[in-house]
Amino acid sequence: MRNKRLFSQIAAASAVALILAGCSSSSHNASKTTLPKVDMMKSLGTGEGQVNIVAWAGYVENGSNDPKVNWVRDFEKATGCKVNVKTGSTSDDMVALMKTGEYDVVSASGDASLRLIYGGDVAPVNTALVPNYANIFAGLKNQPWNSVDGVAYGIPHGRGANLLAYRTDIVKPAPTSWGAVFDPNSPYKGKITAYDSPIYIADAALYLMKTQPDLGIKYPYALDQKQFDAAVALLKVQKPLIGEYWSDALKHIASLKSGGTVLGTTWQYNINASKADHVPVEGFKPVEGSTGWSDTWMVSSKAKHPNCAYLWMDHIVSPKANAAVAEWFGEAPSNAKACDLTSDKNFCTTYHAADEAYWKDVYYWNTATQACLDGRTDVKCVPYSEWVKAWSSLRNA
Amino acid sequence: MKRSIATWMHKRPQVRLAALLAAPTLWLVVAYLGALGALLVTAFFTIDSFTGNVIAKFNLGNFHDMLTDPAYRNVVLRTLGIAISVTLICAIFAIPMAFFMAKIAKPKNQKILVALVLTPLWASYLVKIYAWRTMLEPRTGVMDWILGPIGIHSPGFGGPAIIIGLSYLWLPYMILPIYAGLERLPNSLLDASGDLGARNFYTFRRVILPLIFPSLVAGSMFTFSLTLGDYITAQIIGGKLQMLGNVVYQNFSINLPFAATIATIPVAIMAIYLWLVRRTGALASL
Repeated sequence: MRNKRLFSQIAAASAVALILAGCSSSSHNASKTTLPKVDMMKSLGTGEGQVNIVAWAGYVENGSNDPKVNWVRDFEKATGCKVNVKTGSTSDDMVALMKTGEYDVVSASGDASLRLIYGGDVAPVNTALVPNYANIFAGLKNQPWNSVDGVAYGIPHGRGANLLAYRTDIVKPAPTSWGAVFDPNSPYKGKITAYDSPIYIADAALYLMKTQPDLGIKYPYALDQKQFDAAVALLKVQKPLIGEYWSDALKHIASLKSGGTVLGTTWQYNINASKADHVPVEGFKPVEGSTGWSDTWMVSSKAKHPNCAYLWMDHIVSPKANAAVAEWFGEAPSNAKACDLTSDKNFCTTYHAADEAYWKDVYYWNTATQACLDGRTDVKCVPYSEWVKAWSSLRNA
Repeated sequence: MKRSIATWMHKRPQVRLAALLAAPTLWLVVAYLGALGALLVTAFFTIDSFTGNVIAKFNLGNFHDMLTDPAYRNVVLRTLGIAISVTLICAIFAIPMAFFMAKIAKPKNQKILVALVLTPLWASYLVKIYAWRTMLEPRTGVMDWILGPIGIHSPGFGGPAIIIGLSYLWLPYMILPIYAGLERLPNSLLDASGDLGARNFYTFRRVILPLIFPSLVAGSMFTFSLTLGDYITAQIIGGKLQMLGNVVYQNFSINLPFAATIATIPVAIMAIYLWLVRRTGALASL
């Protein structure tokens, strides 16, 4: 967890944001950021026979990618809930899917969770109905991205950092800094990749935060106009270096394999999949730290299969399933007991599951709001909707 | 029972007509015009900047953003350029091919040739574009492997790759109308032109081209409009290059009204294109 003070600042800032947004109807984005009242489930009934899930690639494995990797079968057998899964490629994608009301559960990252909560798309979660919630690391519970006013809106799933990937046979010497993907004279020009989502602006901001202290960036999701413009300018410098932007993990893995991409941001999952395919690739957290995610299972406010949804949330954070997902995806599990069940006994140490110091310079995805999330009140920050426009403009220029 | 309804209908031609046209009209009005209308209306809405929920309040902000940001002007011009290139390439390949099929091949072979032209349409669009990804992959792709030794290299992923991929995809849609047009063209006209001393190219320019012009227009409407709306090809072999469709795809999940605003551009371009085509009179002779 990042230090507690920042989080309380963020929480305070969000509260201020709500009040400000509520008052300033004159702003061009007429916001209704009051918390929609959605009822919490009172008691658990029997399963409805199926459940529709929106998840990140690798979170819901039914053996179709690897016959040995399957934590859906046990669930289906035990509960009679057939699992239908839809993979989301970005947080924005997931928010849009949840707005359709067709899905029951979602594995939301921090840049999606608050939007879903304030959009009325997800319901508060009655953690008493999720027995495995008791064993979740305390540091993940009731965080600003998965709860509001102490009410839990989801079950923490796990966390990880966005890594810098490089082909060990091509990129020499091995990079140590994110500077490798922003260097205009890079010898790997045209073979560098970046994540195709507005949230990637935070990666540029993080790099500037560490390399240009005079810009005064304290938190990559709280950028005033000047800082934001600097981050976007850096991405414009980076664009000629990029061969392909990626959001489809499978296409990204194929590109790492073919050598079309040799350097760039990635997830541990992509590294694991590439290594399993004997591709000489390595991924690590650079010296500047990195952006990352802390995911939460949330239940739709329009869920047609709420009982199966709760059963799924309990199953996926159960020690066995949580260990299996964490190992398959390559992230730190959220259930403390999962650490005893991983096939690699050192897994939790490798992934720093309980090592709060490691997460100090990992900045989990968050939704930028006009009220600065780092607690500054003398300036207005650039809200996420402007990030989206800037990203779209950058990609199409 | 059936018979009595038939008798009753027989006496009332208007009811008959209504029964016949009810389903297609409903389809056109509700599904097609309705969707277009919804698109147009949504383009004037806005969103809550935090939750992304659509707010149904009239404003012109989206159009303002679209027209003032040079990035969107670039993407429109780029998409238009790609659509025109694809249409021209398809025409250049399709005319000789259709001419061979209609005028030179033996009649019994014509049907086989038509079937062969159609076979690429049997395979999935995605399979074909992923195949092109493998072909065009820089350094490790099929193209570099075969043509590399003679000094021709893959253009890599980007604009040229999109043009190659889309030209390949839409070629049958260009060949078929031209083939149909050439089939209707009497051989005697070609003979007469030759008898009067016209050389081959002159005959092509002054006799064939004017007569198959409506077919060319029909084919170009397919290639042009299909290219304008495409985004998957750009995603797979376009590298970092984006087309109009990608902008819509990129925005529809986060900012639906803005995506709708962008989506009005291809509609407008097609309307202008059809209007220009109508002025040439090609539509009347289709």
